[in-house]
Amino acid sequence: MTTVLRRVAPQLLTLVAVIMLVSIYFPSFWQIVYVNERLVGIPIDVIKRGAPVALLAIGMTLVIATRGIDLSVGAVMAICGASAAWSIDQGFGLWAALGIALVAGLICGLWNGLLVAVFDIQPIVATLILMVAGRGIAQLITGGTILTFDNDAFSYLGSGTLLGVPVPAVIWVLTGIGFGLLVRRTALGLLVESIGVNLRASTLTGINSRVLLIAVYMGSGFCAALAGIIATADIRGADANNAGLWLELDAILAVVIGGNSLLGGRFSILASILGAMIIQTINTGILLAGFPSEFNLVIKAVLVIIILVLQSPRVLPQLAYLWRGRRDRSQRPKQSQTSQQNAGTETKT
Amino acid sequence: MLLSTRDLTKTFPGTRALDAVSFDLKAGEVHALLGENGAGKSTLIKCLTGAYRRDSGDILFEGQPIFPQSTLEAQAIGIGTVYQEVNLLPNLTVAENLTLGHQPRRLGMIRSRAMNAQADEMLSGYGIDIDVRRTLDQYSVAVQQIVAIARAVHLSGRVLILDEPTASLDAREVQMLFDVVRDLRARGLGIIFISHFLDQVFEISDRLTILRNGRHIATCPAAEVDRMQLITLMLGHELQQETATRARPVADGKDAIRFSGVGRRGRIAPFDLTVHKGEVIGMAGLLGSGRTESAEVLFGAAPSDSGTVEDSDGPVDLRNPRAAIAAGFAFAPEDRKTDGIIAELSVRENIILALQARRGWSRPIPQAEQIRMADDYIARLDIRTPDAEKPVGLLSGGNQQKVILARWLATNPRFLILDEPTRGIDVGAHAEILRLIEDVVAQGMSILVISSELDELVAVSHRVIVVRDRQHVSQLTGEDVTTDTIVRAIAAPDLTPEATT
Repeated sequence: MTTVLRRVAPQLLTLVAVIMLVSIYFPSFWQIVYVNERLVGIPIDVIKRGAPVALLAIGMTLVIATRGIDLSVGAVMAICGASAAWSIDQGFGLWAALGIALVAGLICGLWNGLLVAVFDIQPIVATLILMVAGRGIAQLITGGTILTFDNDAFSYLGSGTLLGVPVPAVIWVLTGIGFGLLVRRTALGLLVESIGVNLRASTLTGINSRVLLIAVYMGSGFCAALAGIIATADIRGADANNAGLWLELDAILAVVIGGNSLLGGRFSILASILGAMIIQTINTGILLAGFPSEFNLVIKAVLVIIILVLQSPRVLPQLAYLWRGRRDRSQRPKQSQTSQQNAGTETKT
Repeated sequence: MLLSTRDLTKTFPGTRALDAVSFDLKAGEVHALLGENGAGKSTLIKCLTGAYRRDSGDILFEGQPIFPQSTLEAQAIGIGTVYQEVNLLPNLTVAENLTLGHQPRRLGMIRSRAMNAQADEMLSGYGIDIDVRRTLDQYSVAVQQIVAIARAVHLSGRVLILDEPTASLDAREVQMLFDVVRDLRARGLGIIFISHFLDQVFEISDRLTILRNGRHIATCPAAEVDRMQLITLMLGHELQQETATRARPVADGKDAIRFSGVGRRGRIAPFDLTVHKGEVIGMAGLLGSGRTESAEVLFGAAPSDSGTVEDSDGPVDLRNPRAAIAAGFAFAPEDRKTDGIIAELSVRENIILALQARRGWSRPIPQAEQIRMADDYIARLDIRTPDAEKPVGLLSGGNQQKVILARWLATNPRFLILDEPTRGIDVGAHAEILRLIEDVVAQGMSILVISSELDELVAVSHRVIVVRDRQHVSQLTGEDVTTDTIVRAIAAPDLTPEATT
């Protein structure tokens, strides 16, 4: 537990800092009220609106841990959302719609996984194919229109509440816990990290890296399907052009803010989810602060740069050095130099 | 003195890598730096080249204290380094590699012709005649090594540090490199030479400095010590004379694994091999002769496209490494860094990895069991690491090799393939690994050892297979297993060296 806490400490601190920043502009941040059997307040809004990116970040973490990347998740959201809306439209009912959407996500993941693991295409190129083609496929499913539907059971997944908590938030929390247990209670996490660090050596050690890679991309497709279902259910319609648009980049950003290296290896799903929440808090905060909307993207970019620079393995040790230096500059100059080196190696992992 | 250190000290968390080391390099000498893995050679070099910052002590260049903060600064001062893995860009031309960063330009554009001429001039006097317009990767490692030296000498010009430059060269290439080194010595450069090959150290060095556990042990002229004294100084205790184990009779062949006609087109011609229980088979041959290719066929890493494999229970499936491991095979590859260790993962995780892979993802080895296994192997193989949670990439080469051996021993294999198990490893770990081979063989494991060090092969093998030109050409058994006969078999049939190149 303490090791997990130490791993996600930078993300927790960043989240607290961002929340404090937003609170300055909007002091009633923490006001949460219970009306009409649902909790209402800014934090509730954050965990609800952050659901798609949080879900995508879960799958993306595993893909990035294998030294890959999945650019197609936004398009897969659109495909799965369109599949679900189509199924509802055809009168198949809730469960069939969910099943079809999830299977569509898994098939998309399988496609990506095959290209990467069997045909040995670089992940960024392999998933770019579906990123571009995916929206076309989604448009074919919706027939080129925004496919709206009226099904209360299905829209509950996007806008309903469970014990006052928005259902999308419940879904990403459960998915996060599910994936967390899956990778850490079994050996999957270790094997994924191993192929991410050294694919060739891992294969020679007897790890079934091909199957594992495909499974990881399918996991990402599964998460994208859940995100697509939520996005579609929320607006009661499938918009092939805009569902999940650019969200793959937010998901990658969440993973990076979560301190996971794009070079693969060690990963933390919890840290990525915290990264997603940081991004959503910034998004929500900017809207609340009442800046003209044209400033939003620029302000977001500035905040993200600050966060990444502070987390950089080059900057963090220097700050730690300055801080320690102030404390015991006179007694142990040598000591702080070694711990500086130490901090450098630690942040890398 | 050209370059000296005074009381150089460097500590890392948990270890004192350098402890008040004083060292001198004269102009016009080759000075060998010797020591076991982890003795502090690399740390000393990295302090000299600015890759590490020292904790205390002085570095003097021609009497003046220097404080290099990066390899670039060290180069500007006059200290150039060439590493075992050539640090050049294989996809650029030789000329581009030589002149990178200071190409002749006109209006910001590179003048190719002038650049090539400059490159030709830089290489003149190195005794190699190559086309500088071709990309570097078209040349052998030895030529690349010399190009790297030419670049380092051109940029620095006073001190040249050679870190394991001969590790991947064959005997002829080593001579080529040594000619260059002698020439540079005559030109007045100070050369620091690091190698695990003691024969080469004696051949090329004027003086030796021995480090042990981060301390300076001795400095003396190379002519005044012999091999035995040197090893004693490096280890700090007497090395036991290696005993011949060959006399042991091989079992009746009941549990033998029989490979017949296995091979892979373009890599190794089909061959037969019978592996008996508790037998050590040596494999000798020049680099590129098909030794590693044979191992990869036997392990399914590059699966055989012909022949059959059988044991007492019937056919053995060697489609891929996974299948081979399931059949009780294990393979410690030649290139530890790219094919062996998972550098970022801990020693513990590296040790349990093969066993975990065999159990499958759904049956994780319990944490307590992992820790017990890791501690057990760390103690048994004397793996020098502060603890089992240290990333294996931070250990020295010999200890990394022991971790890989531990990984395979944990799977309790019946047939263990070791490709160059002692390459780049100091004499201490070397002897320990040979002892380990004897131990596991005594317990009934069969081993295939591929090695360039014939002494080592002769010491451990019951029989030796000689590989030449991608074919298994002969097999030596019993009294025939001597370095002499192996060399003759490698060179045969016509005994002209050209035939084997």
